Amino acid sequence: MKRVAYFPGCALKDQARGYEAGAKKALEVLGYELVELSRWNCCGTVYALAQDDLVRHLGPVRNLVRTQEMGLDQLVTLCAMCYGTLRRSQRFVEEDEERLSRIRAFMDEEQEYAGGVKVLHLLNLLRDEIGFEPLESKVTRPLEGLKVGAYYGCMLLRPRDVGVDDPDRPEVMERVLGALGATPVLFPERTECCGAYLTVARPDVVQARSERILASAKSSGADVVVTSCPLCQFNLENRRPAWAAGLPVVYLGEVLAWALVQGATVPEEIQARIGKPAEVKA
Amino acid sequence: MAGELNLCRERLEGALPRKVEEISGQNPYACYQCGKCSAGCLFADHMDVLPNQVIRLVQLGDEGVAAFRAPWVCAACLACAVRCPRGVDIGKVMEALRVLALRRGLTPAPLNLGERYPQIALVGAFRKFTP
Ligand code: SF4
Ligand code: SF4
Repeated sequence: MKRVAYFPGCALKDQARGYEAGAKKALEVLGYELVELSRWNCCGTVYALAQDDLVRHLGPVRNLVRTQEMGLDQLVTLCAMCYGTLRRSQRFVEEDEERLSRIRAFMDEEQEYAGGVKVLHLLNLLRDEIGFEPLESKVTRPLEGLKVGAYYGCMLLRPRDVGVDDPDRPEVMERVLGALGATPVLFPERTECCGAYLTVARPDVVQARSERILASAKSSGADVVVTSCPLCQFNLENRRPAWAAGLPVVYLGEVLAWALVQGATVPEEIQARIGKPAEVKA
Repeated sequence: MAGELNLCRERLEGALPRKVEEISGQNPYACYQCGKCSAGCLFADHMDVLPNQVIRLVQLGDEGVAAFRAPWVCAACLACAVRCPRGVDIGKVMEALRVLALRRGLTPAPLNLGERYPQIALVGAFRKFTP
């Protein structure tokens, strides 16, 4: 079992608990143990785009220090927003010696951050460390017949230098879904923004966005939409029009668990589409 | 936007474009007004000036840009940033305008706090809409 440091973030302990549980069990099947940081703090959720305000990067860097304290140099996240924030802050403070030394001086009560902690998203782990073929070989319940629309949103893909895949034509989630036996369906809105935190300021705008995204997934034939962002999931589930009631938006970790984990609970409407429950492959 | 176009040197070399550049790290004069950012912005429908117009106002040193709603409707999705042929990260320029307004004590329209939200939504909104 390979141990990797894990940063959950707020959502994975609350509305996205099913994502965490599913991903942890699925990764165990794949030989990886997610070891939660013994102490962690909010990443800030949104990356601070203003570059004259270093204090906004302290939160993310403290989590990198926690990783270093464990003697590990990779930090895995499940949440797309945590991924973006931690990864970008790590790069921002490390690309400039003066920034890094100011950060160190500010938090001199901490172990000095040496730099070089690599922030990974679950998708990086699946593609770059585990690989699609080993993933496929561990599937015990192929999701045959299930048409899944992978919804990337923003933070997994943009900006280009931190995205997990090509921002215009990503394929990593589709490859994962294909390995699980599902049929990935491409839909035009899969890389477009749901409105994110505007949900608190302009629910009307987010509602219009959610409707467009779900309409696009539905007309491409998706039975279910998969995301790794808890804010996208909230917006798509809570700001959806009535006609979209039959199009569930689930987390990547849940889908992994359906296919890989013996005895994982599969929602009834999904169960009906993939046929018989757990069949162990010879 | 103002009816007359004032291209005097004080405005072009004035405080606003320099301040925006300092905060965002983006050179507003790199933009050649092709409009690609606005064409692809999913939130442009709800903006009072389009993303490329925001950049233009900054280029012209128009302090009036602070009063527009556009930066508060921008969701920082960065679609514009990956598409700009001149490499301008307009998302960062929008952030600079939000930050400038907040630092000057200007506040955006109040948040809609009568609903239950997950932490991820609230923390995100507070970080964008409060100083
Ligand atoms: S895409 Fe770039 S160059 Fe074109 S108008 Fe927008 S900021 Fe200017
Ligand atoms: S970052 Fe803002 S301006 Fe740019 S495309 Fe997204 S919402 Fe529009």
